[in-house]
Amino acid sequence: MRATARVIVTPKPVVNDPQGLTVKQGLVTLGFREVDDVRVGKYLEVSLEAENMHEARERVEAMCRQLLANHVIEDFRFEVDREDHQRR
Amino acid sequence: MKFGVVVFPGTWSDRDCGWVIDQVLGAQLQYLWHKDADLKGCDCVILPGGFAYGDYLRTGAIARFAPVMEAIGEFADRGGLVWGICNGFQILCEAGLLPGALIRNSSLEFRCEWTHLMVERTDLAFTSACVEREVIRVPISHGEGSYFAEPAVLSRLEQSGQVVFRYCDADGRVVPSANPNGSLHNIAGIVNKRGNVLGMMPHPERCAEPELGGDDGLKLFRSVAGTALRLLVS
Repeated sequence: MRATARVIVTPKPVVNDPQGLTVKQGLVTLGFREVDDVRVGKYLEVSLEAENMHEARERVEAMCRQLLANHVIEDFRFEVDREDHQRR
Repeated sequence: MKFGVVVFPGTWSDRDCGWVIDQVLGAQLQYLWHKDADLKGCDCVILPGGFAYGDYLRTGAIARFAPVMEAIGEFADRGGLVWGICNGFQILCEAGLLPGALIRNSSLEFRCEWTHLMVERTDLAFTSACVEREVIRVPISHGEGSYFAEPAVLSRLEQSGQVVFRYCDADGRVVPSANPNGSLHNIAGIVNKRGNVLGMMPHPERCAEPELGGDDGLKLFRSVAGTALRLLVS
């Protein structure tokens, strides 16, 4: 089966995120005063081949641990979807 | 004494390091291509500054997969001297040869300016030509040089004296105003436990001749050359 993983990598809460702070300040300046906090991270899409969904999730988890996120400074989360073969 | 200078696609300080080694220090110089699987008999390997592999994904994240990095890992395990400067420091952290990580400067600016560094270790191969608690003047040039490590890692580093350089003012005071990038504990450079792998954000190769506004950086190159000489004699 083919699958697509949507991986989100964000700075850990304990890591200072000056980009997030700056974006937050920008939003507040525009009048979005309800904004408490902004964290700027990364979004990755990984297409892969796997035997089943369980294997796909395991492989993506390993990819995140070994390369896509740096465990010292970043957290990651992901969703894996089966590719619809009927789709054009 | 033979220095190896690693060249990745995107490295930009290799020639500056090479110039200091070859022309200023008069030591043997060997450039090491990222695809080289052996270190050609070098006594000290420098990972210079730049943007190895475009710093894609994260600084240093892709460089650690280069064939030369495997050889450097084994060399470090055997006690060989490995010296990461700027991007080289970032690569050593990504490769797990040094703890922690370098993140975006707290100012969000790329900082290219002179800094003062407190030298906290002089018993190392890299700093033996410095005197205890000497203040040296070395420029920085980076956008992602803010040192971060988890509290437990940071306190281990401090307890075992692995912080080698700290940003300070001209009088040697380690104060927040002397910190150019938001590094925790004003950390500018650290060494591994064994003392043979050094990572530092400032650029000693850019201040090794008076014509460049200062030559404090030469002390570090002289330290390494002197250490190798002592090893030969003993």
